[in-house]
Amino acid sequence: MASERRLRIKTLVMVLAMVVCANAGDLLLKRGMTEIGAVQLTASGLAQAFRLTVASGTIWVAILFLSGFMLSYMTVLSWADYSYVMPAGAFGYALLTLLAVVFLHESVSARRWVGVVLICAGVLLVGQTKPRTTSVVSEAPA
Amino acid sequence: MRVILVLALLIFGSTGGEIAITHGMKATGEPARLRPLAMLQFLGLAVRNGWFWAGVPLMALSFYSLLVLLSWEPISLVIPASALSYVVGTLGAKYILGEQVSAARWAGVVLVCVGVALVAAG
Repeated sequence: MASERRLRIKTLVMVLAMVVCANAGDLLLKRGMTEIGAVQLTASGLAQAFRLTVASGTIWVAILFLSGFMLSYMTVLSWADYSYVMPAGAFGYALLTLLAVVFLHESVSARRWVGVVLICAGVLLVGQTKPRTTSVVSEAPA
Repeated sequence: MRVILVLALLIFGSTGGEIAITHGMKATGEPARLRPLAMLQFLGLAVRNGWFWAGVPLMALSFYSLLVLLSWEPISLVIPASALSYVVGTLGAKYILGEQVSAARWAGVVLVCVGVALVAAG
């Protein structure tokens, strides 16, 4: 059915946008906070960290990506099942491991590879199911 | 004991928050088009839904629980334990949101849950 196929494709695109934005946002946030250095948990330390955080370009780009994640997450949940999107989003963990191996040349333990394989198998299984099993209030014009 | 309690806050906060937001988004309905103007209208509608604002503090609670847990326990224990939220979230989707969770979807969720625990354990 054409509408079923369209639903699958747009769900896939949104889940990919979610995963890319979440990973890019987390990595940039980590880089930004590393540039700032360890935060001292005192009033002056927190104030100092706050000033450095809002002045950091890296942190703002990270926030932009994380906002993109939230928007794509909200968008996909407006038509797809939570029990479809949530496990599908775990693909990000597998992607992060692959990126760490390819670009950062990190060594990955056998246990972690087993995890990656299980995640991919799980996401493929969930991906086989219907993205939407409940009725939706409004239908988008095609 | 306190670790279990805060872990429960972490898991039920994030799944509860996401379920509330899902409920709000289903009430909002799909954006008419995936274009900037239509997306702004969509976002405006979404944030006027009460369920969205019920979800946000629950997710904030979950985030602070994560920070507290990370200050007590190593990350290689905290993230695998929080992978339980895939199972809790699926139960919530079935019994609260009324989604149909087929056997294939359950099998996928369990594989993802174990897989995430293994990846995060390193």
